[in-house]
Amino acid sequence: MIDPIFLAEAAVNGVLLGGVLALLALGLNLIFGVIDIVWIAYVDLVMLCMYLVYFLVQVYGWPVWAGGLAAVALGAALGIAVHLLIISPILGSAPINQLLATGGLLFFLQSFATFLWTTDHRSVRLSLPSYDLGGIFLPLTRVIPFAISILALVALYLFLTRTFVGTAIRAVSQDREAMGLMGANPHRIYLVTSAVGGLMAGLAGALLIFLYSVHPFFGGQLGPLTFMICVLGGLGNMVGAFVASFIMSEIISIAGVLWSTEMGYVIAFVVFIVMIFVRPGGILARRG
Amino acid sequence: MSLLELTGVTTGYGHFTALWDVGLRVERGEAVAVVGPNGAGKTTLLRVISGVLPVRAGTLTFDGAALAGRPAHEVVAHGIAHVPEGRRLFPTLTVADNLKMGAYLGRARKHYAETLARVYALFPVLAERRTQRAGSLSGGEQQMLAIGRALMSRPRLILLDEPSMGLAPVMVLRLFDLIRRVREEGYTILVVEQNVRQVLKLVDRAYLLEVGRIKMEGRAAELNDQDFVRKAYVGL
Ligand SMILES: Nc1ncnc2c1ncn2[C@@H]1O[C@H](COP(=O)(O)OP(=O)(O)OP(=O)(O)O)[C@@H](O)[C@H]1O
Ligand SMILES: [Mg+2]
Repeated sequence: MIDPIFLAEAAVNGVLLGGVLALLALGLNLIFGVIDIVWIAYVDLVMLCMYLVYFLVQVYGWPVWAGGLAAVALGAALGIAVHLLIISPILGSAPINQLLATGGLLFFLQSFATFLWTTDHRSVRLSLPSYDLGGIFLPLTRVIPFAISILALVALYLFLTRTFVGTAIRAVSQDREAMGLMGANPHRIYLVTSAVGGLMAGLAGALLIFLYSVHPFFGGQLGPLTFMICVLGGLGNMVGAFVASFIMSEIISIAGVLWSTEMGYVIAFVVFIVMIFVRPGGILARRG
Repeated sequence: MSLLELTGVTTGYGHFTALWDVGLRVERGEAVAVVGPNGAGKTTLLRVISGVLPVRAGTLTFDGAALAGRPAHEVVAHGIAHVPEGRRLFPTLTVADNLKMGAYLGRARKHYAETLARVYALFPVLAERRTQRAGSLSGGEQQMLAIGRALMSRPRLILLDEPSMGLAPVMVLRLFDLIRRVREEGYTILVVEQNVRQVLKLVDRAYLLEVGRIKMEGRAAELNDQDFVRKAYVGL
């Protein structure tokens, strides 16, 4: 029989992991909800940002915060570049072409990273204190990324609900033509959305490099999970994706202590497949 | 110079020509109606004016500026607000957010609070429902919101596409009263309607559009007297 304290610790770790996953899932989901294209290579952009932090901090000795900010800037720039170079020319073409284009980017980025940096795993380890909360072990290296993720998500929420541009992003996702009649250039709105989505990828990369080691195939490690979270929450549904992030991270984390992390992923996939049949519109979709 | 002037405007969808050589003008402060049977091209006409559809031939000027070939978001900036067929609200956004989007343009954003107060004064029900989702409003309220959203851009010309569509008869009368009030506020209006009898009471002039061509034009009272219009559209 497993000690309940381990389960409690796994649950806490699940919450901590869920925050960063939510950042990834909401970034991908924002772009999908507005532009209607799934960026298959989203987590591969995150991978590039992780490498940037690794080189700046570990190799060139930049302070952590400066490396993180650089990754956020790189993420936003990558978001803009992906939109202008890859998405914009194929807007309105068949969905299969859109999948092939962003899928092609994925293979390009993976090969590019392998060529430049080999398949070595690289990581940045910080030695930060841990806290003991009634027997539950709370390492700051996980609490800080969680807190930053939550703050970023609150900022995203305020941006989307309180500002003209943020509200326009939500409006364009409902009726692009009507938003044009309001005087907004839909292409500008798409560009802002891609920049914000890219910025979130950059921030996620800046946090993940302190939790995982980076390698050219990092996208394959978290990409499918991120995509599953978006589908589970309902593609384009931000609140759904947020909730689904924590459901998935809890499954992986708790199954991880009960059996193994691999088993956690297996269970997460099974839950995902079952849910697709039970609630194809996502966990928060209205019935009927 | 007229506020809006179309000469020889032709447009269509793919190989299909929906408007042929249309000439139309709207003077400052005027209310003008376009009437005609289903499929005549009334919606197409408003869409080509607001830039949603490109002009294939002809000229389109607004206050002296040539607008043919300009995309919709630039046409609004010139002062034309389009209340589209079927309202096209943002259903999951609140009433207040829908109105906010109406003021998206830079120049409208500056006067946002002031215009909002005017719209709420014109449509008090929108103020009561400001935190409700647009999709949850009744048909009449949705039409008021669509008109209010258009007013938020501080336009000089409002294009209304079948504002009475899908409304109960009582609501239709109320809505025409409200449009009359919008007129009295000094807005210039170009309205498309199936409800010919009501709309001819509201406007100064009207055009009759049939299979993509202007067939008749005249003062509202004169058209109302024409046997042809009476029989075909007013149903008398
Ligand atoms: N998107 C489109 N693609 C192809 N043809 C279209 C399209 N929209 C309209 N049409 C055609 O153009 C013609 C004019 O349509 P339009 O919608 O302008 O008519 P309308 O006068 O507004 O009719 P209604 O009173 O039914 O609203 C019709 O024959 C219609 O079938
Ligand atoms: Mg129509």
